[in-house]
Amino acid sequence: MSVTVAYSLDHALSHLATHPGATVLAGGTDLMVEINGGHRGASTVLCVNRVRELRSWTHDPSAGMLRIGAAITYAQLMDEPLASLVPALAQAARTVGSPQIRNAATLGGNVGTASPAGDGLPVLAALDAVVHLASASATRDVPFAQFATGPKRTVLSGDELIVAVTVPVLQGYQGYAKVGVRNAMVIATASACLAVDPTERAVRLALGSVGPVIIRAAEAEAIAAQGVDFQRGSVSPAVAHEFAAAAQRASQPIDDHRSSAAYRRHAIGVLAQRLLFRAFPEVHS
Amino acid sequence: MNEADVPVASPEMFTLHVNGRASEVRDSWSGESLLYVLRERLGLLGSKGACEQGECGSCSVLVDGALVCGCLVLAASAVGAEIVTIEGIAPVGAPTDVQQAFVDAGAVQCGFCTPGLIMAAHSLLAANAEPTELQIREELSGNVCRCTGYGRIIEAVQRVAVQRRGDSSPGEQL
Repeated sequence: MSVTVAYSLDHALSHLATHPGATVLAGGTDLMVEINGGHRGASTVLCVNRVRELRSWTHDPSAGMLRIGAAITYAQLMDEPLASLVPALAQAARTVGSPQIRNAATLGGNVGTASPAGDGLPVLAALDAVVHLASASATRDVPFAQFATGPKRTVLSGDELIVAVTVPVLQGYQGYAKVGVRNAMVIATASACLAVDPTERAVRLALGSVGPVIIRAAEAEAIAAQGVDFQRGSVSPAVAHEFAAAAQRASQPIDDHRSSAAYRRHAIGVLAQRLLFRAFPEVHS
Repeated sequence: MNEADVPVASPEMFTLHVNGRASEVRDSWSGESLLYVLRERLGLLGSKGACEQGECGSCSVLVDGALVCGCLVLAASAVGAEIVTIEGIAPVGAPTDVQQAFVDAGAVQCGFCTPGLIMAAHSLLAANAEPTELQIREELSGNVCRCTGYGRIIEAVQRVAVQRRGDSSPGEQL
C-alpha cells in the first residue's frame, strides 16, 4: 500500500493516470470505516482533500450558478455564504453525522460513494446538478441523474476524479427532510429534497434511500406543477395527498437491516407532503 | 502549505506534527488510522478508541484546527497538518477552563468519553461563545457518553461560557 498526498489538481490527475483505479481518499469518513473494519485493503491511496482547486467554490451571480469544489466539506456547506445560496444543501449537511464527520466529509466524496442514502444526493438530484469530472487527458460533465448507475456504482473511470459539482442558485423554496432512528449520527431510512423553481413554475422532488439510486419523482412533480397555486403560494390538501401518493409510487424501497420497504414507502409519502406544505404554506380555500 | 506536491513516498516512515512537535512514525502499516498511530506508535493514550467508525467521538482531535475523529483520518494523509490531541491542550496539572468545569460539574464518571468531549467542548465554545442548550446538544452529538446522561456535561459547557463572559467583560460586574 502506498499513500500519496496531492496538493494540486495536476498532481492528482497525473497520479491517477499512472495509477488508474487508485483509491481516492477525501474526507475518509466512508473509506476509513471500511479499512478499520478490515473490509478493504486499499493498495494505492491518493489523498485529494488538500488539493487547492477542489477546496474552492465559485458563485456566478449573473449566470445564477454555484460551482462547488469536490473537497468542500459539509461543515462549509452548513455555513454562510454557501448556506444561503443552496439552503437545501445546508439542511442536508446539518443532518450528516456529527460535527466531527461534517468537518471531514466532502460533497465530492458523497457523490463518489454514490450510496442511495447519501444526504447530499437528493439535493443535487432535485437541482439537476452537473458533476464535473477530469482525467489527465480530458474533462467531461455528467448530469447528476446519469452519474450513479446503481448502489455505490458510478460512471467514473479509474483515471478520473470528481472535480466539482455545479448547481443553479434558485430563488424559490427548497428543503430537505429525512427520517432516521435519531437526529444525529444517522443514515437516512428515507430522505427527500423538494426545490421550487418559481420562474419555471416547477416543483422538483428527489427521493433518497428508497431505491438503488436517487429517484426523481416525475409524476409527483407534474401533479404539483398543475395543482399548486404559485401566485398565492398555496396548495390544497387534496393535491398534497396526490403528490405524496405519486412520490410513493415512484419509490422502489427494499427490506434491509435498517428498515422495511413498507415503512420506507410510508415515510417517503410523509416527507414529500411535509416538504410541499413547507414550500406552499398558505392555507388553500 | 508548500506549493510543491509532497508525495508520501514511504508510508512505513513519516513525520506527523502533534502538539507542536515533529514526531517520527516508524514501521507503520499505511492503512493505519491517526488514532492508532497516536496511541500505538506515539504513546499518546488520551484519545480513546471504541467504535473505529466515527460514531462515538472518543478519538476527537484537531487536524489543522478542525475537530475530527482520529479513527477516520488516514495517518499517512495527515503529514504536514497540525494535529492537537487532548495531551496538547494543557500541561499536566494545569487544566483548561473546560477541563476544570467538567470536574466541578461532575461531568466525568467512567472518564472514557471525557477526552473527546473536552476536545469537542473547546471546539464548540471557540465557534460559539454563547451556545444555547440545544446548540450544545447538537454540537456534542458526535460524542457518546454512556454514564452521565449528558446533563452535567452540558452544565459544564454552560459554566465555561458564563465564566468566559465574566472574564472578558469585567466592566459589567462593577
